[in-house]
Parts: sequence; structure tokens; C-alpha cells
Amino acid sequence: MTATSSSPTAQRTGIDPRGPQFTAALTAAVLAVALVLPAAAATVLVAVQAVFFAIGATRGVQRTPHAWLFRTLVRPRLAPPSELEDPAPPRFAQTVGLAFTVVALVGFATGVTLLGQVAVGLALVAALLNAVFAFCLGCEVYLLLKRATA
Amino acid sequence: MIVTTGLVVLIAAVVLALGFGAFRAVSDGRFRTRRVETPAAEPVSVPVSVLDGTAYDEQRGERATLLQFSSAFCAPCRATRRVLSEVAEVVPGVRHVEIDAEHHLELVRALGVVRTPTTLVLDGTGREVTRAAGAPSKQAVMASLESAVSAE
Repeated sequence: MTATSSSPTAQRTGIDPRGPQFTAALTAAVLAVALVLPAAAATVLVAVQAVFFAIGATRGVQRTPHAWLFRTLVRPRLAPPSELEDPAPPRFAQTVGLAFTVVALVGFATGVTLLGQVAVGLALVAALLNAVFAFCLGCEVYLLLKRATA
Repeated sequence: MIVTTGLVVLIAAVVLALGFGAFRAVSDGRFRTRRVETPAAEPVSVPVSVLDGTAYDEQRGERATLLQFSSAFCAPCRATRRVLSEVAEVVPGVRHVEIDAEHHLELVRALGVVRTPTTLVLDGTGREVTRAAGAPSKQAVMASLESAVSAE
């Protein structure tokens, strides 16, 4: 660890890549349950998830309740990470998740339940890709959007 | 068991995620050679660097260039940067050039780059030999370099 101790900034900004993956697993579970519950219960669950996404997007992925759970319960049981990761990509992914859950809430609130469910389904695809394959869908879509619009 | 639309969406999402993820796990980081059609009218055209007209053209390696497109929200770009710079360090005449895709969209469109990281292997004249989307392994980069250098 002598090499890393000389660069405190890298230490401070890097996060354990398994943290966002753990967060994505919990997120996927919440979204999956929301899809099989009646609309009223689903709305509450999706609203809670939207709040989690909002915390991750505005205050950073290390500040979510999921990250706290990871630090206190999961990380002590794991081997140290082989490398640290930039928190910007998972934070951006939280913003994308927030956008999908907001669309879902609009769907549920206006009675267009199918819109709500499809939006939750898309967020679930992204969360599963992150949890199972450590793959950030929103991050890839970002360049495609830039290419198409800018 | 009652089949609701929510359940259908749930199953579709799981199938989609696992299918796409498995496809990506197989295809990521593999080098593919793109067939570039040369105009029949000028069969012995002077090879033009894909970086021609950009400031990056001067940074090309003598024998080959590992041209990496990256973006800010891209976790595998970091691993790719490490692999490519390591290779460029040990192989003489090879350089690693990294371009922020977001700020060079004309080049990104011209070269048909749709994801980050995308790695293009250029030969000594700056022509594209092969490319890989996703983080390539060190062995894959070494193998692609061999074809770039021997193609000269």
C-alpha cells in the first residue's frame, strides 16, 4: 500500500466498486417487488426508491442508506477491493434511475399504470445489469445522447 | 397464480437484463476488424490517418497507436487506460492516445464510435486496423498490435 499512500486524493475520491453493485442489487429487489404489488403499494415503494435515487444523485453514492449498509454489514466481510473506482459514473446512474422512477410515479398518479410499470421495468433492467454484471447502462446511453443531440 | 401486467414486465426485464448482460460479457473487449471500402477509382491511394486534421495526429506512435475514446461517466475506461498505457510502455514505437469522446463528437461520429471505452488500433500511418468496444484484456491488445504491425 506504499504506492497509494503517497496519493491521498486518489484514496479520498475512490470508492469500492462493490458498493454501487450492492446498492443496485437492493434497488433491483425493491423495483421487482413494486411490479408485483397493487398500484397503491407500488406507488409508495417506487416513491421511496425515488428518494434513495435522489440522495445518491445529489449527495453522492456514498451517502445513501444502501452505502451505509454496505460499509457496516457487507464490506467488513469482504476482502479489500483490488482497485478503487471513480464515484462519478454510479452517481450519474442514480440520476438516470431517478428520472425513470419520476416517470413511473407520474404514471401511477395519473392512472396510467402501464406507463408506471414499464418505467419501473426499464429501471429494473438497468439495476440488474449493474448488480449482476457491474455494467452501467446509463453511462453508455450518456455518450449516445450526446452524439445525437450535441 | 394470477398473471398481471406487472409480473409480465418483471419477467421481461429479467430476461432482457440477463440476455443483454450475457451478450456483453462475451463481446466486450474483443477486437473486430471493420471492412473499409477503398474507392475503386484510386486503388493506390495514400493512406490517411483517422486523426488527420486533429491535434492528436502528432501524438501517434511510429509503429502503431492505441487510440482510446473515453468519457467521464465510464468506469471501465479506467481499466482500459491502465492496460493500454502498460502496453504502450513495453512495446517500442507504440503510443497510447486517449480522447474525451464528449468533447470530440465530430471525430466520434466520423469514426462510428458509439460506446466508451472504444479502442482503435492504428498502424504506423494512422489507418484503423481493428477496434474493440469495452475494456480489452492485455493479451487481446498485444495480439491486435501484432496484426497492426505486420499489416504494414
